[in-house]
Amino acid sequence: MAYNNDSEAFPTAVKILIAGGFGVGKTTFIGSASEIEPLSTEELITTASVGTDDLVGVEDKSTTTVAFDFGRITFASQHVLYLFGTPGQDRFWFMWDELCTGALGAVVLADPRRLDASFAAIDFFESRGVHFLVAVNEFDGAFHYEPEEVRAALKLDPRTPVVLCDARDSRSATTVLVALVQSLFSAARPT
Amino acid sequence: MAADDDEIWTDEKAGRLVRPYTVSNGRTSPTNKLDLLSMVKATGRSARAQLDPDLALALHLCHDPTPVVEVAAHLKLPAVVTKVLLSDLIDCGAATTHAPRPAADPTDRSVLEALLHGLQQRL
Ligand SMILES: Nc1nc2c(ncn2[C@@H]2O[C@H](COP(=O)(O)OP(=O)(O)OP(=O)(O)O)[C@@H](O)[C@H]2O)c(=O)[nH]1
Ligand SMILES: [Mg+2]
Repeated sequence: MAYNNDSEAFPTAVKILIAGGFGVGKTTFIGSASEIEPLSTEELITTASVGTDDLVGVEDKSTTTVAFDFGRITFASQHVLYLFGTPGQDRFWFMWDELCTGALGAVVLADPRRLDASFAAIDFFESRGVHFLVAVNEFDGAFHYEPEEVRAALKLDPRTPVVLCDARDSRSATTVLVALVQSLFSAARPT
Repeated sequence: MAADDDEIWTDEKAGRLVRPYTVSNGRTSPTNKLDLLSMVKATGRSARAQLDPDLALALHLCHDPTPVVEVAAHLKLPAVVTKVLLSDLIDCGAATTHAPRPAADPTDRSVLEALLHGLQQRL
């Protein structure tokens, strides 16, 4: 096919994932950081059924719809940052390769009243080698933890940053993104 | 970046009145390699009047470079189906895209610097 060779004509889109358990404030966070109201769409993904691994050649796949939302921040540098919210309740997004592919990193939001809701996202990014930080969405200070307490409760690697935020506040959400990019810098620095 | 989506024919109870696969004639494999963030742009080299309504709307949404995912959100169609429509527009010369780009490298300092600078300006 004929591609447009003038790639200057196209901004460079990059993506950061906003993950965490059900109802932790992902959509709220995206709306606060984004220059647009969050948009939502869906994708059809192929899911291999569990337990058929040894039935070689047997086609046992089905498609599932995964809904997700996203926001956008446009920079003067011809870069456009997309924030993709992973589906909260639905476990199938773990099988959706395209979502993770090419992500610069991820923010795992955690609700201090139920930190365990974000375990699955943490395990997933650790296993995929996606760089992430944990942002505790303080929900009006319902529960106040120090970052180190959260780190211990979530059994995080000492290098994984933990920050506190208010997902409803655009400055706070943007600060979380800054912290993620800064930690990507440290990870990129040759030792 | 994208235009309003009033033109989509929907019914409050039934949702979109056309089944997603009907729109793409049942196809789910686009002929072009597009991903969610591939940018697509109308070339201005086609008469919108000759296109199916969904194609015409997709083209309208790509007046400025717009990624597949935004077109999908405005069309209210799954991303796979949107990729087929956009791919058809590219094949007929009505739209264009960039060559597939390598996935953003999380250790690419120039990208990180642009992001850091841009984000800090928003604080
Ligand atoms: N008080 C308070 N409420 C919040 C905060 N963040 C989110 N909420 C509320 O919590 C609820 C869930 O927030 P969402 O942003 O929809 O959470 P989500 O993670 O996108 O949820 P799912 O997509 O359903 O998993 C909403 O009613 C929000 O208004 C916060 O920082 N403080
Ligand atoms: Mg949500």
